[in-house]
Amino acid sequence: MTDEKALLHIEKLVLYFNTRSGPVQAVDGVDFSLDTNKAVVIVGESGCGKSSLAKAILRLLPRNAGTYSGKIFLEGQDVMLLDDEEYRQNIRWAAISMVPQAAMNALNPVIRVGEQVAEPAIVHLGVNKTDALSLVKKMFQHVGVPEGFISRYPFELSGGMRQRVAIAMALVTSPNLIILDEPTSALDVLTQANIFNVLKRIKKELGTSYILITHDIATSSELADDVAVMYAGQIVERGDAFRFFAQPLHPYSSALMASVPTLRGKKMLDFIIGQPPSLINPPTGCRFAPRCPSRFEKCDQDPPVIEKEDRKVRCWLYA
Amino acid sequence: MVEARESNAVLEMKESTGSLLSVQDLRVWFELRQFGFGHAGYVHAVDGVSFELAHGEAIAVVGESGCGKSSLMKAILALYKPTKGDIVFDDKKFSEFDTTIMRWFRSQVGFVQQDPYGALAPFMNVRRILEEPLIVGGIKDKLERERRVRKVMDEVKLHPVEDYWDKFPHMLSGGQQQRVVIARAMIMEPKLLVADEPVSMLDASVRVEILKLLRGLQQEHHLTVIYITHDLATVSYFSERIFVMYAGMIVEKASVDNLLQNPKHPYTYALLQGTSDPDANNALSFKEVPPGEPPSLITPPTGCRFHPRCPKIITGLCEFQEPPEFEPDKGHYVSCWLYK
Repeated sequence: MTDEKALLHIEKLVLYFNTRSGPVQAVDGVDFSLDTNKAVVIVGESGCGKSSLAKAILRLLPRNAGTYSGKIFLEGQDVMLLDDEEYRQNIRWAAISMVPQAAMNALNPVIRVGEQVAEPAIVHLGVNKTDALSLVKKMFQHVGVPEGFISRYPFELSGGMRQRVAIAMALVTSPNLIILDEPTSALDVLTQANIFNVLKRIKKELGTSYILITHDIATSSELADDVAVMYAGQIVERGDAFRFFAQPLHPYSSALMASVPTLRGKKMLDFIIGQPPSLINPPTGCRFAPRCPSRFEKCDQDPPVIEKEDRKVRCWLYA
Repeated sequence: MVEARESNAVLEMKESTGSLLSVQDLRVWFELRQFGFGHAGYVHAVDGVSFELAHGEAIAVVGESGCGKSSLMKAILALYKPTKGDIVFDDKKFSEFDTTIMRWFRSQVGFVQQDPYGALAPFMNVRRILEEPLIVGGIKDKLERERRVRKVMDEVKLHPVEDYWDKFPHMLSGGQQQRVVIARAMIMEPKLLVADEPVSMLDASVRVEILKLLRGLQQEHHLTVIYITHDLATVSYFSERIFVMYAGMIVEKASVDNLLQNPKHPYTYALLQGTSDPDANNALSFKEVPPGEPPSLITPPTGCRFHPRCPKIITGLCEFQEPPEFEPDKGHYVSCWLYK
């Protein structure tokens, strides 16, 4: 995987937050690449830094952001070198857009949904309102919202429809990459299945790439080409979805998979003893070592990223 | 008080069923008002639900949001008054409850809320939270209260007890908070436990821990449990029977294995299809999803409520007549004309 070919290539991305008790190492040296028209799923438990990773990629930094470093190549261009204004004009929403967590509840209640969806197009593409609204109509078709809904208010729409509107808002500027942060976590089973159908169709028809951030491993498989597992601010395993779901490599990934209940075929469920570490003072060496069933002496040192059959895993077991 | 007990003794003679809970044609309707007064129809949240639960049975009520499962739960907890129908708990009718029996009833049911942080008072420490039901329940001896708090904290594996009982909810992790909620539900040693999506707010690894804990408590105490969820995948690890709810009605009742392997109702089938297992092959195909959305409960569709979305509709029948409950296999009930 070379930098030039990849749509997005991230090297040693770091994002710390300053707090009174010290820096929170939310994203701590993340590397990964994503090709055009592919979807990578980032799974992890709450507090592992997966949403912060999305914010770091989109440079949506909260006020208490501390260290922010690393390299983000978008189609070969290092976007970390851009200043905030250039980034806002050329990258955010124009090239990478996002469906934030609980986006469906973040719509402005007093503005018609059509106008809300048109706004990014007006701001980032510089089109006039009429053109923007016809773009919105096109996007509504892609996500399966009836055209007539364009002049409705958010409260007149069901949760599933509002989520589709939020996706349309991310699509309206035709970005190459969409970051989806828990796009279906508050939705019902059938609505969820519907939204994933929509996302799959968009990927097929428009060639969009996705970064899907979720804690729901079972539904994440609906979209995954690649899977990255995040633990305590680091990506501990990354590889292609078929191999990952068949046999995860990292002990944390295996434990996480063992805790996912399945509908078809009974398996014994298991849970992970203990709690994820604090990101202010993460354990030295492997961060999962204190909870790991297969830990040994070497785990006191920071594990290297090991490449095994095209997959990458941060674990001494494979060294 | 004595009189009430006696009148109930008479009732017990008449209606002793051997089951712990019996819900009889329950309807919970909420009146809609126009401009704050003037009748404008009803929301038919629960519309004709009947079932019986045996002592020590664990059931799951599955359905999407807005299907009435929470209203059903609140009616069972005696928080909502049924519009029609009745609920019988331990041979006592809800409609004939007086204050004394109500107090007794409150000690017989435990409730596990969905959002543990929201369910715990932020200004009380764990010990105070757990003592509260005992104080309300009239246990005046402080040492006895402490003994019971210790016992229940031990049962939900919040040990060593001393490490936890001075803590406030915000100092605990999500899993530990949920254990406190379960401990509070268990402290009066109830016969019935109602759990409303107890694990939906928790992380995958903690989820299993809590489900195992609930299952363990259920078996140890021979508890009757109503587990309300929208997640079919967790059901098979927890309960023996599943009730599937759609638009205020139970459309299918069956044992877990029967329902998961041989779903009868088209809605149940769709739900099962919609639930993903972790499998990379999922990304290669689209899912079959019935069109549309659940109907409004103000003016539910005539006939079968699923008919506008049903792929197997029998034209001329399903639109007009409400399907009764059929029993195609023994113990497997389904309200669908396909099985007439």
